[in-house]
Amino acid sequence: MRRFLLPLGIFIVLVGFLAVGLRLNPREVPSPFIGKPAPAFSVPQLHAADHRIAPADMVGKVWLLNVWASWCVSCRQEHPVLMELAGRNVVPILGLDYKDERDAGIAWLREHGDPYLLSAYDRDGRIGIDYGVYGVPETFVIDKAGVIRHKHVGPLTQKVVDEKIVPLVKELNGA
Amino acid sequence: MRNAIAAIFLMLATAVGAAEALPASADPVLEARVQKLAEELRCLVCQNQNLADSHAELAIDLKNQVREMLQAGKSEKEVVDYMVQRYGDFVLYRPPVKMTTLLLWGGPFVLFAGGLGVLFINLRRRRNVAAVPLSAAEHDAALRLLEEKKEGA
Repeated sequence: MRRFLLPLGIFIVLVGFLAVGLRLNPREVPSPFIGKPAPAFSVPQLHAADHRIAPADMVGKVWLLNVWASWCVSCRQEHPVLMELAGRNVVPILGLDYKDERDAGIAWLREHGDPYLLSAYDRDGRIGIDYGVYGVPETFVIDKAGVIRHKHVGPLTQKVVDEKIVPLVKELNGA
Repeated sequence: MRNAIAAIFLMLATAVGAAEALPASADPVLEARVQKLAEELRCLVCQNQNLADSHAELAIDLKNQVREMLQAGKSEKEVVDYMVQRYGDFVLYRPPVKMTTLLLWGGPFVLFAGGLGVLFINLRRRRNVAAVPLSAAEHDAALRLLEEKKEGA
């Protein structure tokens, strides 16, 4: 009987590892940006090509940067949550229209509603690269000093907003 | 019929892939450097492919970024640092040896050493087991079996 103990032990440890591994989300790559200043950019706005937009404009406010695109299917799923959050007026949301056609982006917002204070227009995806974007939609929480405090990859859900984003915004606003 | 359709699709797929992967510069030395770096960097979208293999849009953008940076005279290390700064160590196919990756790098060697240890102990234990001589009854039984076999043959 005793000679089965070792293989059994190894088996149990292996099952333990697999059980934990199966619960991890491989799409959630730890972001190197947390605690770092949000990369600077200055690009035309989506709606007004002759007006520029830069993260520096938001210094002094806690804000969200939401990366989206009209071709992005998960953005549709996320959109009602963003609309609801925008309606609550707790935090300004800036959009970053990523690798999109200007007309398509504007039309998409007209059709689905525009939760954004302003949208930046990243035609060639350069800002996306600077922010380490690899799966649209992505959402960054940026504090008053312009430091990235949190990054959410994938569509925001009501649960994420209520349990993570809004409490974090409140905490950052209080500090 | 089905094979023919599959072949057509395959041809289409490679045609599209080829169109996407056209190098943007004619300099073969630069292209080789881009290719070599692209093989070291992970495509964040497909995760189990490197930039060189991947036709995901982000992979193509990143490959172009690599090419531009090399063209601008940046070194390989600067390009890799640029990617790590944005995407973390995950972007590297060969993660650096750090405290957090010690298990990853050392694990196989620890397992190998453990296996060797178990093998060694087993071999020694086996050597220490002296051959037990047959009892008289077993000896007789063996003889009988041998006789039976001879008669049968």
